[in-house]
Amino acid sequence: MSTRTHMPVGQEAIEVKGWIGAHKYLLLRRASQLFFLVLFLLGPWFGIWIVQGTLAGSLTLGVLPLTDPLVLLQSVVAGHWPELTALIGGLIVLVVYALIGGRVYCSWVCPINPVTDAAHWLHRKLDLPKGWQPKRGTRLWILATVLIVSGLTGVIAWELINPITMLHRGLIFGAGFVWAMIVAIFFFDLFVSRHGWCGHLCPVGAFYGLIGSKAMLRVSAHNRAVCDDCMDCFAVCPENHVISPALRGKTGTTPLILSPDCTNCGRCIDVCAVDVFKFTHRFDDQVAAPFDPVPAPERRAARPT
Amino acid sequence: MSGVGSPLSPQRRRFLQDSARAAGGCVAAGSMLAWLARDARALPAEALRPPGALPEQNFLSACIRCGLCVRDCPYDTLKLAELGVDAVATGTPYFTARDVPCEMCDDIPCVAACPTGALDPSLDNIDDADMGVAVLVDQENCLNFLGLRCDVCYRVCPVIDEAITLETAHNTRSGHHALFLPTVHGDRCTGCGMCEKSCVLPEAAIKVLPTRLARGSSADHYRKGWEEKAAKGAPVVEGIIDLPDRLPGPGTDNLVTPGGFAPEYNLPGAGQ
Repeated sequence: MSTRTHMPVGQEAIEVKGWIGAHKYLLLRRASQLFFLVLFLLGPWFGIWIVQGTLAGSLTLGVLPLTDPLVLLQSVVAGHWPELTALIGGLIVLVVYALIGGRVYCSWVCPINPVTDAAHWLHRKLDLPKGWQPKRGTRLWILATVLIVSGLTGVIAWELINPITMLHRGLIFGAGFVWAMIVAIFFFDLFVSRHGWCGHLCPVGAFYGLIGSKAMLRVSAHNRAVCDDCMDCFAVCPENHVISPALRGKTGTTPLILSPDCTNCGRCIDVCAVDVFKFTHRFDDQVAAPFDPVPAPERRAARPT
Repeated sequence: MSGVGSPLSPQRRRFLQDSARAAGGCVAAGSMLAWLARDARALPAEALRPPGALPEQNFLSACIRCGLCVRDCPYDTLKLAELGVDAVATGTPYFTARDVPCEMCDDIPCVAACPTGALDPSLDNIDDADMGVAVLVDQENCLNFLGLRCDVCYRVCPVIDEAITLETAHNTRSGHHALFLPTVHGDRCTGCGMCEKSCVLPEAAIKVLPTRLARGSSADHYRKGWEEKAAKGAPVVEGIIDLPDRLPGPGTDNLVTPGGFAPEYNLPGAGQ
């Protein structure tokens, strides 16, 4: 594994951009996660009721309803047609994430993300084997299973075990044994399966991925010509199969990361010392011309053709 | 490409294997989830749902466990079930009458807060709520049943004299006092739990139970003769046979002995 890179992940970026610069989006993301959590906690902890409820359903400033569309979908499949408030709330969430990228929820809002990120960080530090790697489609199978079970049992099935809403609700209303579930996910991601939960199993992520499959906000490897193959972006990316098509694409192919699996977390932008990546919209498929007048050598082919 | 599509192609075999594996895994995981879902429906008897809650089966398809009803409950009655702590489906709202009963707010804020209709918005009068039914479960320890005048459950009832009445009965123990028996009328009781909360005994003698446990049901074809008769204003069956009363002495309509049935022996204590 040590041959993968010649330096610790992100080392070059820190040297070039400084620690803050090399962790800009990570810090922003943690701030965002904290912001949404604090928003929900201000009421119960300090009596400042800006937002009531949980991630499953909330009311902001007494007027703005928001509802998790996946919970709502399970509810409909289970045989209950929700009241208008919940439907409007679900629609708002749906439209927003359809525009900014479904899995923005995963990396910028979801309270489980810091847990699995921590597991992944430790996983990298300990240089552990990646372990069980189920197929990419597994979470879609699980999503389908959840909907089928909801339909058959008439119960919103995923909410019986959904660690996202459980952790969130636990922090706001009282935790019970939710911590055990969080510890289980941490160790699952650490020892059993790298990126296992968020990257392979979680049906909520799968659902939001489907919502955002045509999202406007995308990461582009617009500067891919200057890539020096340090592999740091692959090391930090929670869904690293999304990078190759954009970064290693042949001339003429889009530099945009269009895979709905991309969570728009921006870590690839952070760790890249030569600024290959940037946030842009999905119609901006320009590739920057190499600034070096001497053309870079042809990249080695990944495997013999 | 030559192998693709033919029954022996490795791609096809691999696709079928992968699909079978995924489907098998999903059936196993789905079965576990379904088992959990079944388990979730077992609501403990002492856990009461908020006013307007749909029947438990429908409730679990409608409640998204957001907690907005809990937030808008002004008396901290409602709680969200915590994982592994309360035996209620995790994250769903409930209350325990003996801890904090429902105060039966006129504006029913919990129902107004529910975004999904798991708490039925058509409930506009809290007196029509059906959270459960109070049952005087322990007549042996109820002070009123012992002939004392506790009456607390009756006094605190928000629907006093309708949901709980005091029915008098003879106190056979003392021989010359009355018993004032707290009597719940299930169709008027909302299940708010004020009576259970207020019961002065260490363990309440009156408890709110889910309606499914608290009540029996009358068969559809049963008719109460006295009600039918009152509704009609006349006997239900025309020209009903007047059966003999078989009373001793004159004044009887005993057809066999029109003058009265005179026993051959003197009944003890009769006449004389």
